[in-house]
Amino acid sequence: MRVIARRLLFYIVTAILAVTVTFFIPRLMPGNPVEAVLSHLMGNVTPATIRSLEQQYGLDSKQGLWGQYTTFWVHLAHGNLGVSTSYYPSTVTSVIRSALPWTIGLVGVATVISFVLGTLLGVLVAWRRGTWLDNLLPATTFFQAAPYFFVAFIALDIFANRLGWFPTGRAYNQLDFPGFNAAYVGDVLDHAILPAATIVLCSAAGWIVGMRNVMVTTMDEDYVLVAQAKGLPKRRVIWYAARNAVLPSVSGFSLAIGFVVSGALLTEIVFSYPGLGWILLQAVSGRDYPLLQGIFLIITFAVLLANLAADSVYVLLDPRTRQEA
Amino acid sequence: MSIGTGTDLGGTGLGGLGVGGSGPGDQPGAGPLPPPVSAPIRGRRIQLPRSPKIIAGLAMLAVFLIVAIIGPIVAPYSPSASSSTTNGVPQPPSAAHWLGTTQTQQDVFSQLLAGGRSTILVAFLAGIAATILSVVIGVSAGYLHGRWADDLLSMLANFFLVMPALPLLIVIFGFLSPAGATNDLLIGLIIAITGWAWGARVLRAQTLSLRSRDYVESARIVGERGWRVVGFEILPNLAPIVAASFLFTVLYGVGTYTALAFLGLVNPEHWSWGSMLFEAQNSDAELSGYWWWYIPPGLAVAFLGTSLALLNFGIDEFINPRLRAAGVARRQAKKSGGQGLPRRFELGLTPVVRSRPAPGAAASTVAASTSTTSTTSVAASTSTTPRTREQTS
Repeated sequence: MRVIARRLLFYIVTAILAVTVTFFIPRLMPGNPVEAVLSHLMGNVTPATIRSLEQQYGLDSKQGLWGQYTTFWVHLAHGNLGVSTSYYPSTVTSVIRSALPWTIGLVGVATVISFVLGTLLGVLVAWRRGTWLDNLLPATTFFQAAPYFFVAFIALDIFANRLGWFPTGRAYNQLDFPGFNAAYVGDVLDHAILPAATIVLCSAAGWIVGMRNVMVTTMDEDYVLVAQAKGLPKRRVIWYAARNAVLPSVSGFSLAIGFVVSGALLTEIVFSYPGLGWILLQAVSGRDYPLLQGIFLIITFAVLLANLAADSVYVLLDPRTRQEA
Repeated sequence: MSIGTGTDLGGTGLGGLGVGGSGPGDQPGAGPLPPPVSAPIRGRRIQLPRSPKIIAGLAMLAVFLIVAIIGPIVAPYSPSASSSTTNGVPQPPSAAHWLGTTQTQQDVFSQLLAGGRSTILVAFLAGIAATILSVVIGVSAGYLHGRWADDLLSMLANFFLVMPALPLLIVIFGFLSPAGATNDLLIGLIIAITGWAWGARVLRAQTLSLRSRDYVESARIVGERGWRVVGFEILPNLAPIVAASFLFTVLYGVGTYTALAFLGLVNPEHWSWGSMLFEAQNSDAELSGYWWWYIPPGLAVAFLGTSLALLNFGIDEFINPRLRAAGVARRQAKKSGGQGLPRRFELGLTPVVRSRPAPGAAASTVAASTSTTSTTSVAASTSTTPRTREQTS
C-alpha cells in the first residue's frame, strides 16, 4: 500500500501545483485580470459584476499576492470558482455541474470501451503476426494521427447528414427533461452512439499498437515457451502472455488519458454535445476566463483521479510492486 | 570499446504515439523487460532499416516540407481573398478552384497551400525546443541519479506528464492575446513547454541503464569529466531515442496546434490547417455536406501525422528488432518459396530467418535479426513447429 500512498502524495502535490498555475496565469499576463475579463464582456457590465470579479481575483481587499492566493484556496474549498461571464449570472460551478455528467458518461464509457477493445485487438494482431492482420497497423497509424474532431466531421457528414442514421448533434431531442423513461434513455443513447464511436475509433488505435508491440516481445519470453511446451491449451498460453503484456498499457494510461480526454472534448464540440467540451468552446469564444480556469481545474482533477485509479489497478495486477513496498 | 546500442527499453514501442504503449522503464516492474538486445554494429555507421515504413514516411514528409517551403508562393489565389458573388454558398471543386471555395469564396486549395507553412513550422519548432529540453532534463536526471536534482527533475517531468496538456494550453492561450495568437515562434515554444516530459522520462530511464555500463564506468574511472562522459559516451547511444522523441513531439505539435487553431485560439487570419477547420466548423460545413472544405485540411494533418508515425515505427523496429522480425521473415519466406520455414509465427517463436547460402538471398537486412535472436528460440521454433501446425489445423 505504500506504493499507492506515494502516488497519492504525488497526485496531491500535482493538484496543488495545478491550482497554483491556475492562480498565476492570469496574473502573469499584462494588465490586471479583471480588466482582461471586462474587456471581453462587451457592454453589459454592471458594477456588481465588477465587484464580484474583483472579489474573485482578490483585488478588492488590497491583499498582497499571498493573501490573494489563500483567498483563492478558500473560495476553491467552498466550490466557488467565480461567476461565468458568458453564462452570466450563472456561477462557474453550476455551469460545470450541468455539463459534467454528459462528459463523464460519454468520455468515460468510450474510454473504457476503447481500452478493452484496443487491448484485445492488440493481442489478436500480435498473436497472428505475419498474417493479413498486420495490415491493420497502417490503418491504426492513420487514426492515431488524424485529429479526433476531423474524424468526427466525417462521421457526422456521412452517418448523420447524408445517411440520416443518427441525429446531427446534441445529447437528446426533448427540450425538457421528461424523466427517466425508456424513450428518453433510448434517445440519449441514439445521440451518444456517433460521438462515442468516434472516440473509440481514434483512441483504440493507440491501445492496439501499444498492446501489440508489448505482446510481440512478451511472446518471446521463456515462460510463454514453457507454457506452450507443457502443452497447455493455446487459449491459456495467450492468456498468460496477455496478462503480462497488459501491464505497460495500464502504467502508460496516465500518458494516454490526457490525450484521450482532450480529443474527446474536441469531439463533443463537433457534435454540439452539451458536455465540458462544448462549454469549453463557449468559454474560449466568449473569453470567459473564470469558466476556462474552472474547466481546466475540473479536467485536471478528473485526469489525476483516473491516474490514481490506474495506479491502484496496477498495484493490484502486479505483485512485484507490492513486494517492493 | 563496445558501441552496442543498448536497447533494453522495456520493449514497449517508442512509437505508437506513446499512447498506452510506452511502459516507463524507470518504474519498478513496469512490465516484462525483454533481455537486453545488443545489436553488434559493424563500424560506427548506424544503418536505418530500409523498411517500407521508413521510405513511405520519408517520402510523405518530404512532400509536406516542400509544401511548407513553396506552398504560399505557388498558391493560385490569396488565401484571404474573398468575394460575395454566389450569395455565401461554397462552390464545389471546379477548374478555377481545384478544391472549391469557402462560404466567402476563398480558394480552399490556396488556403491549404498557405496553411501548411505555419502548421509545419510550429510543429517543428515545438519539436526542436521540446527535444532540447527533454535531452537536457532527461539526461541530467538520469546521470545525477540518486541526488536531489534527479528527484526534482523527475517530479517536474511527471507533473507535466499527468497534467492534461490541451486544457492548460487553452488557458494560457486564452489569456495570451484576445485576438488569438499569431506568432509561430511563440506558439511553438509554448507547445514545447507541455510536450517535453515524455521524452525526458524515456531518456532518463535509458541514461540510467547506460551510466552503469562498463564502458561508461571505465571512462569515468579514467578520469573523464562529467560533461565529456555524457556528451561522448552516453549521448551518442541515445541517438535513436532522441530521434524517436523528436518525431513524437513534432507529431504532438501538429495535433496540438491544429486543436488550438480549431478552437479559435490562433488568429483565424493566420492561416493554418487548424484555422481552416475552425472556419469550416463555424459554417457547419459538415452538416451542409461541403466536404471539399473540411476534408483537405483534415487529411493533410492526418497524413503529416502518419508520415511522422511511420518514421517513428521505423525507429522502433530499429531499436527493437523483434518488432520487425515478422515482416522480414515473411518477405524472406516469400522469396525462398516458403521452404523450410513456418509461414505463421506464433507464441514463443521469434521468427528467425537464416540467410541460407541460397542464390539471391538478401543477407544484409536479415543479418540484424538473425544475430539478435538467441539460438534457443531457433531451436524452439523447429521443435515446436509440428505441434503448432497440428493445433491450427
